[in-house]
Amino acid sequence: MTAATTTGLVSYEDAVRRYDPVLGIEVHVELGTLTKMFCAAEVAYGGEPNTQVTPVSLGLPGALPVVNGKAVEYAIRIGLALNCTIAESCRFARKNYFYPDVPKNFQTSQYDEPIAYDGWIDVELDDGAVFRVEIERAHMEEDAGKNTHVGGATGRIQGAEYSLVDYNRAGIPLVEIVTRPIEGAGDRAPEVARAYVQTLRDLFRALDVSEARMERGNVRADVNLSLRPTPESPLGTRTETKNVNSFRSVERAVRYEVSRQAGVLDAGLPVIQETRHFHEEDGTTSSGRVKSDAEDYRYFPEPDLVPVAPSREWVEEIRAALPELPTARRRRLQGEWGYADAEMRDVVNAGAIDLIEATVAAGTSAAGARKWWMGELARRAKQDEVALEVLSVTPAQIAQLQGLVESGRINDKIARQVLDGTLAGEGDPEGVVVARGLEVVSDDGALLTAIDEALAAQPDIVEKVRGGNQGPVGAIIGAVMKATKGQADAKRVRELVLDRIGQ
Amino acid sequence: MGTSDMTNDITRLSASDLASALRDKTLTSVEATQAHLDRIAAVDGDLNAFLHVATQEALATAADVDARRQAGEELHPLAGVPIAVKDVVVTKGLPTTAGSKILEGWVPPYDATLVERIKAAGLPILGKTNMDEFAMGSSTEHSAFGNTKNPWDLDRIPGGSGGGSAAAVAGFEAPLAIGTDTGGSIRQPGAVTGTVGVKPTYGGVSRYGLIAMASSLDQAGPVTRSVLDAALLHELIGGHDPHDSTSIDEPVPGVVAAARQGATGDLKGLRVGVVKELSGEGYQAGVSARFDESLEQLRTLGAEIVEVSCPSFTYALDAYYLIMPAEASSNLAKFDGMRFGLRVEPAEGPVTAERVMGATRGAGFGDEVKRRVILGTYALSAGYYDAYYGSAQKVRTLIQRDFAAAFAKADVLVSPTAPTTAFKFGEKLDDPLAMYLNDVATIPANLAGVPGMSLPNGLSDDGLPVGFQILAPAKADDRMYRVGAALEAALESGWGGPLLNKAPELKTTELAR
Repeated sequence: MTAATTTGLVSYEDAVRRYDPVLGIEVHVELGTLTKMFCAAEVAYGGEPNTQVTPVSLGLPGALPVVNGKAVEYAIRIGLALNCTIAESCRFARKNYFYPDVPKNFQTSQYDEPIAYDGWIDVELDDGAVFRVEIERAHMEEDAGKNTHVGGATGRIQGAEYSLVDYNRAGIPLVEIVTRPIEGAGDRAPEVARAYVQTLRDLFRALDVSEARMERGNVRADVNLSLRPTPESPLGTRTETKNVNSFRSVERAVRYEVSRQAGVLDAGLPVIQETRHFHEEDGTTSSGRVKSDAEDYRYFPEPDLVPVAPSREWVEEIRAALPELPTARRRRLQGEWGYADAEMRDVVNAGAIDLIEATVAAGTSAAGARKWWMGELARRAKQDEVALEVLSVTPAQIAQLQGLVESGRINDKIARQVLDGTLAGEGDPEGVVVARGLEVVSDDGALLTAIDEALAAQPDIVEKVRGGNQGPVGAIIGAVMKATKGQADAKRVRELVLDRIGQ
Repeated sequence: MGTSDMTNDITRLSASDLASALRDKTLTSVEATQAHLDRIAAVDGDLNAFLHVATQEALATAADVDARRQAGEELHPLAGVPIAVKDVVVTKGLPTTAGSKILEGWVPPYDATLVERIKAAGLPILGKTNMDEFAMGSSTEHSAFGNTKNPWDLDRIPGGSGGGSAAAVAGFEAPLAIGTDTGGSIRQPGAVTGTVGVKPTYGGVSRYGLIAMASSLDQAGPVTRSVLDAALLHELIGGHDPHDSTSIDEPVPGVVAAARQGATGDLKGLRVGVVKELSGEGYQAGVSARFDESLEQLRTLGAEIVEVSCPSFTYALDAYYLIMPAEASSNLAKFDGMRFGLRVEPAEGPVTAERVMGATRGAGFGDEVKRRVILGTYALSAGYYDAYYGSAQKVRTLIQRDFAAAFAKADVLVSPTAPTTAFKFGEKLDDPLAMYLNDVATIPANLAGVPGMSLPNGLSDDGLPVGFQILAPAKADDRMYRVGAALEAALESGWGGPLLNKAPELKTTELAR
């Protein structure tokens, strides 16, 4: 029985009042190379099991690894973006342990000589505060295969009747990024953890080194957490919560571990150094295997590979070709768009930055683009509980829609109907306007007919207006709008009505 | 002339003579291949040099080469000359066991790079030769599939780990064979069977498809009856391979030209260094006597003999028995019953992956393999790494420095290949340390990555062959071919023919075909 089951949880607020949390985060990212880390097997998502393999990635007798140069380049890109030093020479090492998803029963990784080390990255929190996370190292390694445990109640290995192994994933290049202990986050530790992982995800995408899709396991986080009485105290014993695979889960896992460890410490018990599993369903963690010093991977330099020695010229070439990084881009775009800090933060938090950029690129004003994506579209996304980018409307279509409004061909109210049509798959806004016959009635003749009918029906209003009271004119406009099914330009109608009455 | 006489004639030819006969169309590859298959059928019941004979495949290759030659196609100089391959090298479609029960019945889905080159050149592969399990041993007694006998005396070991390849060549079952050498597994069998064995410079021949024992030491090379044959095979299998990161990206040294030049017998101006530490105590009297006589021969051929000292060689065996098992413990981890080869479920209790791995390895590995896996696992363990693996690597550096200093004084270094002639079966089986001492003179070359050759150096007082070892600097393999060919020519002129002519006739069993 673990301490967690014998001690209670302390409320998060209480826990962080009395303890100082220290984080350490290991993020694995699968690189988007065409082939695997050490062989020419294809890297593609969703292939039939065990079809993307070679003698090397199956660990067959006699097979030898060869380093994927593209993977090294991607690792250097990541290292540079994290402000790391890039090693002049580094080695691979074997991490020896027996497990069926590791074909050779050792993982080829880097141990004492990572390709990148001593870096940092600034992480922006929701309120705009910036928190600097120090990076200890980023190293290259290969992914393991994927086990599927069949027959057990929980899909875990315990109680399973048998297990299947798919080696398609075995050997996919990974970069593992390890932070130094993250101190000083205080009660914002869960938020810092989430924002850090999110920042890295955005970085991987900007660097074009990975699709970085959390739901596919392209990015996986292991979250270490320990508590200590005060920031001046020595580091406490940590737990490592493995494979926390969404931003929200990262935040929840930290929160839970803070509460749980506080309960353990309050009871006067030691926190056990162990691996823990996170449970999406209820946001709790549970004990995995105890991680003691007895765990010995017998690392030694991989004798089948020669050292990787990226020339300084190459590193500088890669540095020069680095794309604009997310933080710099945000700053630039905010300036170009003229958004206030709070507006920009909302845009970023809503994941709308790419969408707005594309909409602006398609010809819409920054204000117009923001109006749509942060207004009507955000409302609909929230209503459907989906991300903005999965709505079935493109930035180009939004630009077209806004263009229709600005040219006066439709009004704001009609524009929402046009959007309905586009979202329902009826095509581009232009097409929807035509197909549904939603264009503003701009023919004065047609409008005058409707106005004359309205005036004839409400002679009393005509009298009042002629008497100098323009207030009731709205009733006439309303009647005209009704008669034209809202497709009239209300401003023009008003002009024509007043003109007709003789004002 | 009866069938067996003709077979005898053909199988006694060197590879280069066979190649000439094929080129002149006085012989077909099918005839040459069939002659060797007949010889295997006649003598291998006693020798047990082969674990698998690929009769159909070999004859099909031979017929194909004959047809292409008939059609006037330009062929590789060795096209049609049959060859035997040590069973540690993977061969697509041919069973490959590395001498271990744990791989019994495994048929690889791919070819080693050197096998691809052999196939592309049109050499019929006669079969796979016996060896100590995973190449761990100096006598082939650690094979899971029975001992291979020494053709000179069937009660004696043929050396190891490549006893099968050496015995096949010495017993005229094959004119050429592939061996692998991690600490002497090509050279020491060569010495005790009166054949030529070459370990090229590390990285000279691709390791892709060699079932690894110790990755930083393993090297494949030729096993033949003449220095020229070794050179011909060396050039065929050598050269850069993009599938092996440790392969040298340079052309193969001109070893055939060097062998031909050496055969003219002129070694004027060449400095031959005698390694002080590789002689004297522990070396059989007859071994030392033949060695000294060959030094005189070299002097006669114009070479200058100098003595060099390599003090760190004293620690070579100790360093080797830390580095080799450390790498082997990791390389052999993949044999776990999960994906290929033997799979054994535990006799009782739950059938978990971990327990299946344990049961499979327990049943599939022999004692010597287990001994080295345990040694290596221990040497790499946290807290011991620096003292064992780390120190051994430092010794390795010192040995490399000794070589560098010695090669500043001499163009090649020489020593007896093995301290003794072939011993009797069982003599050292219970004494691993005595067994390990067989490789004391061959191991330094592996630790430093330099090339080494063993060639026949006459018979010791007990009437058994001894070997002469020549070592050259890395990537200067051609030097040892030059010296080897010169010494070979001088020695054979003294013996009146190849040393193997002095070997007893093997009893042949009547062919049932």
